Amino acid sequence: MLKNFFSGLGEDIKEIGTTFAEGDIKTRLSFLIFGLGPLLRGQIVKGLAYLAVQIALIWYVIAFGWNYLSKFSTLGTVVTHKENRITVYGDNSFLILLFGLLTIIAFIAFIFIWRENVRENYNEQNLLKEGKELPSNKKVLLSLLDSNFHKTLLALPVTGIFIFTVLPILFMICVAFTNYDKNHQSPTNLFTWVGLENFRQLFKFGSHGFGSTFLAVLGWTMVWAFFATFIDYFLGMAVAVMINKKGIRFKKLWRTILILTIAVPQIVSLLYISKMFATDGLVNGYLMKWGLIKSAIPFWKDPMLARIMIIVINIWIGIPYMMLIATGLLMNIPAELYESAKMDGANSVQMFRHITLPYMLFVTGPFLLTQFTGNLNNFNVIYLLNKGGPQSMRMAENAGRTDLLVTWLYKMTVNDTNYKMAAVIGIMVFLVTAITSLVVYNMLPSVKDEEGFQ
Amino acid sequence: MKRKEQIGNAIIYVVLVLMSIIWLFPFFGLIMQSFRSYDPKVEYGGMVDYIIPHKFSLDNYKFLFSGETNFLRWYGNTLTIAVCVSVFSTLIVLCVSYALSRMRFKGRKLLMRFWLILGMFPGFLTMICLYFLLKTFGLTQAGAVPGLILISVANSGMGYYVCKGYFDTLPRSLDEAALIDGASRARIFLTMVIPLSKPIIIYTALTAFMAPWCDYVFASYVAFGHDASYNVAVALQRWVVTNDYQGYFTRFCAGGILVAVPVTLLFMLLQKYYVEGVTGGAVKG
Repeated sequence: MLKNFFSGLGEDIKEIGTTFAEGDIKTRLSFLIFGLGPLLRGQIVKGLAYLAVQIALIWYVIAFGWNYLSKFSTLGTVVTHKENRITVYGDNSFLILLFGLLTIIAFIAFIFIWRENVRENYNEQNLLKEGKELPSNKKVLLSLLDSNFHKTLLALPVTGIFIFTVLPILFMICVAFTNYDKNHQSPTNLFTWVGLENFRQLFKFGSHGFGSTFLAVLGWTMVWAFFATFIDYFLGMAVAVMINKKGIRFKKLWRTILILTIAVPQIVSLLYISKMFATDGLVNGYLMKWGLIKSAIPFWKDPMLARIMIIVINIWIGIPYMMLIATGLLMNIPAELYESAKMDGANSVQMFRHITLPYMLFVTGPFLLTQFTGNLNNFNVIYLLNKGGPQSMRMAENAGRTDLLVTWLYKMTVNDTNYKMAAVIGIMVFLVTAITSLVVYNMLPSVKDEEGFQ
Repeated sequence: MKRKEQIGNAIIYVVLVLMSIIWLFPFFGLIMQSFRSYDPKVEYGGMVDYIIPHKFSLDNYKFLFSGETNFLRWYGNTLTIAVCVSVFSTLIVLCVSYALSRMRFKGRKLLMRFWLILGMFPGFLTMICLYFLLKTFGLTQAGAVPGLILISVANSGMGYYVCKGYFDTLPRSLDEAALIDGASRARIFLTMVIPLSKPIIIYTALTAFMAPWCDYVFASYVAFGHDASYNVAVALQRWVVTNDYQGYFTRFCAGGILVAVPVTLLFMLLQKYYVEGVTGGAVKG
């Protein structure tokens, strides 16, 4: 891959060279002023577009970005302080980091657009050399609705995702390498680069390190995702098989009852269930009234019990979802398979094991994977039920015994404003998700052998 | 053989009935609690150890409509967000899906892979940065409602998988024939693909509509401290968790019912499309 990249780069540079060497004056001037070539050749629309982008980028960098980028290496040195009771604002590390990044991106964009601009000149010159005509301006504009329609369609989504996803993620990745926390809050205080210090802290064991907490939370996250995915998967499938069995009546009714858990917003149902199992809740109330227990069962206070509860309640949500999917897929299994199995004297358990299950595993492999990674980040169930509790003194940064990495990340951001460690955890979540996806994806039967079941 | 099958079916019925009871019980409880009275002589609004109210009344609902809290405002906020997000993000998803499914251009694979990787970062990671970005546009606290809409819509492009999967199944020969007839891509998109995509449009709009009702995390962060900008999720969560001991529990139940009923009805009405979307999405991954 790297080799491809470099050979590609080499060819690119060569092409740029020939463009300049063989270029006429219009092309050569375009190397400095974007879009000048197209403009002089009558390609007003394209020329103006290039020129506008160049002016905008340069204006941004000079008027705005450079100021921030120049302080990027320190993230600011002047602290906000008071002089004769008047507050003098110093550097704002947050802004320096954010706009510094934006300026770097602007530089990269500048290079890319410059390259596109050179290529445009090259193409136009070649066309003219061959004695062909350049497309009219109207045609260029109209192509945005036809051959270039994807540009029109994607312009807004890509911009939105850039501003509200890409830029923030880059920002937070940078934060993982700074000391941005409650003692270094901008704008009052500065924060600065600390290298790998935060990652060192994450893997440091002992009273001040995050090591043991991180491992505990990571371990539970994996255990949770595993159980939440597979228990729901198999039970949901079993329920679908039951409902679809010949001779079972009211199929629609059973399905509708189960689907209710998907329809009702989780914020309502999960909060209610969480309270149902509280120490002063309905379940404990009845159990005590009936004399089954003397004191309330600490469903949410006992770590082990809380974990089991969460997995069990998640079944309540997970089964209907899986049932829906399985119902659709079960109908696709060729009926002859079952008939011939029956002729051979197979019972229904055997048929499930040898026909239904392999088929379903094959078809739903990618789905299982997305379910698993979804569960790694299943914020709602954990947070609404129990807020990741019970808390433990032995865990760093108020982590609870049922906290997933994401809920821990959330707590650190909101309650403790420990942004640097939140960012580190975020990167860890990314790594866990990415590695799981990559490893599992390549093991999936439907990826290895696409025709396997056809 | 016949007898064996009957026993098997009987067992299945027992299991299904038991499951139905378990599945419906929380909703039954929720409805019952919401009708408890708020009369201090009879019972109070906190949690109790019985499920059938001592006295049925509409006290909790009256409270919600009384204007004592901003409940109606919160409800309106959530509805506004849900409708706007549903409309705009469906449009965006359709655009993205069409471009990625029906058109071939340089960087298409790269873009899809890049978005896939972006999706692996946890959403809450970027909360502080998003908060700041919104704040520069004046879209936090008092402006939280448009702010939340903006964020949801702006990022909705990455959720194109199910819709693209659907577009992939529409025969390409349709496009090719129309292209030969001289129709532009835009025309094909608007007059051929969109009318064929009713199920997936409804699925996308429905899921987009339902999400904001549950959005507690980001909504509470963006609207922090500004009561009038809350949505119902934030309000309900606050009633249950912080105001619990002031007897807000039955009020939460009533509020929950008011939230759940319309959303549930809508969902049940459009169930068919939801099932299609989910099943299609699961197979294609």
